[in-house]
This record gives sequence, structure tokens and C-alpha cells, in this order.
Amino acid sequence: MMAYEKRAHGRGFDDLREITAKVGVIPRADGSAYFKIGGTAAYAAVYGPRNLYPRFLQNPQTGILRCHYNMMPFSGKGERVRPGGSRRSKEISLVTEKAITPVLNLEDYPNSVVDVFIELPETAAGSRCAGICAASMALADAGLNMKDLVAAISVGKVGDKIVVDLNTEEEAYEDGSVDIPIAMLPSNGRITLLQMDGELKKEELMQALEKGKKALLKIYDIQKNALKEKYQVEENV
Amino acid sequence: MYRDLKEHVIKLLKADTRLDGRKPLEFRKPVTVEYGVSKTAEGSAKVKIGGTEVIVGVKLEIMEPYPDTPDKGTIMVGAELLPLSNPEFESGPPGIQAIELARVVDRGIRESKALDFKKLCIKEGEKIWCVVIDICSINDEGNLLDASALAALAALKDARFPKFDGDKVDYAEKTDEKLPLSREPLPVTVIKIGDNFIVDPLTDEEKVIEARLTVASTKEGNLCAMQKGGDAPLTTDEISKMVDIAVDKAKELRGAL
Repeated sequence: MMAYEKRAHGRGFDDLREITAKVGVIPRADGSAYFKIGGTAAYAAVYGPRNLYPRFLQNPQTGILRCHYNMMPFSGKGERVRPGGSRRSKEISLVTEKAITPVLNLEDYPNSVVDVFIELPETAAGSRCAGICAASMALADAGLNMKDLVAAISVGKVGDKIVVDLNTEEEAYEDGSVDIPIAMLPSNGRITLLQMDGELKKEELMQALEKGKKALLKIYDIQKNALKEKYQVEENV
Repeated sequence: MYRDLKEHVIKLLKADTRLDGRKPLEFRKPVTVEYGVSKTAEGSAKVKIGGTEVIVGVKLEIMEPYPDTPDKGTIMVGAELLPLSNPEFESGPPGIQAIELARVVDRGIRESKALDFKKLCIKEGEKIWCVVIDICSINDEGNLLDASALAALAALKDARFPKFDGDKVDYAEKTDEKLPLSREPLPVTVIKIGDNFIVDPLTDEEKVIEARLTVASTKEGNLCAMQKGGDAPLTTDEISKMVDIAVDKAKELRGAL
């Protein structure tokens, strides 16, 4: 196998692409956030907890979380993406819900729904992870009771190297590429999203997860800073 | 419905003011246009009118021409009123509001012949460029229509053709070639509430509209598309006044491009 020597833009194998994060970007929503990593950008808006209709869906024991992942029609790297849900977007919505649910106290909102809408204006690999990062910030911005934020990133193997935050070219690397999107609760290191495409030894998986955890702590800091920027408490007032 | 709100809005208009303190014929400020907000689109723009925010992306695709216009390219306009942008919008196929919005923007561009469709023909009867304009609302605080139309025009101006070798399009690489955009049609919506005309309605004002008239006009002040909405009929005198207002305001909005 050919050695994978160098990443684009002089990026180290453990380095993240450039990140921009902001909360409160959609005033009509109860909470919102924008998270951009490299060429992938995600908006997330939270509506709720609000009444759930039709009523037979309501659960008197607990509220439910509904995530809706959607690529804008011009956000794909090739041809236009047809609007309307695809099988891919439905699956990503599902794993996003599962990645985020553990940090919420949904029992506090019986009969209710928390809707999270994730919209991507541009993508270049890692869009589900960007969506999860934005969604958890938006939930915090909405003032929901949360046990933690959720940070997400893809790790994997390109050629012979274990890398963090694959870009589009790396995902399509001709000598083999493994893509492992993960999400984590930063305060205790538990994993809430884990998928994988490709072929890998178990030791390599564990190595990739370790690298991913370190990178996720960096993302966690960026998420917290974005929230602090909006909710800064003025001292000595 | 909204009877009290309507009375209140009319009372304010009699005093020459509105819910947010604006004059009847005043747009919210600032009106901003940001180009190139989506690198995956061939052209894109984000427009903010006050708190209302819209992103438009343009994709260029190769397709077979329609049989009745074998030597002409074409456009397609889609609008998605995203549930992210307004608590009342729902997921699913476009509703009537989204369809009307897309069609009014479409007509403004198509009927003004803003794009030279013949130049979008690659090989007569075989291959043409289709300019696909997609409108996505980000935050709806009223007047999505005018914001979308302005963003669509800005995205068209921003667009560059992707590399095309005669057979396949390479979307990863853009050329310097712009769209053959010769005119710049811009729709503005004028609203009638009571005996008053207003522009750039807020969400609450949109709830109490009696009639509205969207007029797309070119830089030269020619009219190229119209759409009347709302339940109340309009006199020709009222139409004349509303057209004047729309043309005048289009000139003002053009300054943001």
C-alpha cells in the first residue's frame, strides 16, 4: 500500500479543519446555532418543547426528540440534490436523534416534542457530525436542561494513516479510506454515535477512537466558547 | 381572525407609523447582500432584510432542450420554506405559499429575458444549460418574497460556469465565465391594508393583508411580471399607485446589490 504522506493545506493527521461556531443565529427559533468546519456548514434550529400533534403520538411519560437533517439542493459536491427526504437523510436524522437524546431530560416534557431542524448550505465531508455539533449548541441556546453538550467528528484511515476529520478528497482516497463518524459526551467520554465505512483492524479502530476523543475535546471548547459569547455575564454591574 | 391586530395596524398607519415604528413605505434597515455563501453552488447569496434572512443557491446542469425550444437553455426555480425558519412552517413537499413564491421569482427572471436563453444552448436539439435556482428561508420575520427575489438575482450575478469538456461537467472546478445576464429584474411587493399602502411587511402585518401586488421591474423601470394576491379587489387607480411604489422601491433595493 502507498503511504499517505501529506494532507491538504499542511494539516497534521490529528488536526481539525478550521471551525466557526455561533449561537442565536435564527431569532424566530427557540434556540439556534451555526457550525462550520472546513467546507461543511450546518444551521440548527430548535422549536419546543411544544405540543405534539397528532395527539396519538403523545406520550404522557416523556417528551420526544425529533431531528430533521436536510441538505439544501445546492449543497452537494456534484449535481443538485433533489429536495425532499432521501433514505440517506432519514437515516442521518435517526442517528442524530440517538446521538443527542442521552443529554436531554425528555421526561420533563410529557406529551411534548422537541424539534431540531438541521440545514446544510454547503458540504464537503463530515456533514452529519457538523449537524450534531450545531444541534447540541442550539438545544443549549434554547435553554433546555442538559447533562452535557454533544461533540461529533469523523475519524478514520486514509491510505496507511489514522486521521481525524476527513475531507472530501480523503473520503474518496483511491488506495483505501475508512470513515468513522463518532459523537461523544465530552464530560465522560461516552460515545453516542458510531458508524463505519471501510475495512480496518480492531487496533486501528481503537487508535482512531483515541485520536477522535482528543479532537472532540477541542470541539467542545469551541462549542462552549460560542455559548459563552452570547451568554456572557457582565461582572461588576 | 386577527381583528384586533388589524384595527391596531390601521390605527398606527393613520398616524403614519407601523408596529416597529417605520413609515408605511419604508424598508427595514439594513438590507444586506452577501455573495458566495455556499462553495458547492455555482453561485450563491444570502440576503437579510431586517431580521428576515434567505439563502439562494444556483446550480448549473446539462439537460436536453424542450422540444418547442430546441435552441434555448432554461431556468428552474424552487423555494423551500424551511421549518427551521418559522415555527408555523412544516416539513414536507412545498406548500402553496412556497410554490407561489417560486413562480413569481421565476416569472420575473424569465419574462424580463434577463438571461439570454440562446447563449445557454450548447448544441441545438441536444444539450442546454439549465439554471436551477433554489431558495431556502433561514429566518422569516416577514416579506420572504422580496428577500428571495433579491437573493435570486444576487446569486445569478455571483454564478460562474463549472468546467465542461463537451461531455461531462466537473463541478469541482469553476471557470471565470459568468451567466449571460443582461437585465436585472427585481420584484417588490406592495400591500394594501385599509386605505393604506405599505412595503416590506412584518409577519404580523402579513396576517392582516387585504390585497398585495408584486411587481417586478427592470433597471430601466419597465414592468416584467406581476402577481396580485389577497382577497380584496383593487381599482385601476390603486394599481397605478402600487406599481409606482414598486418601481421606486426596486431602485432603492438595487443599491444593496
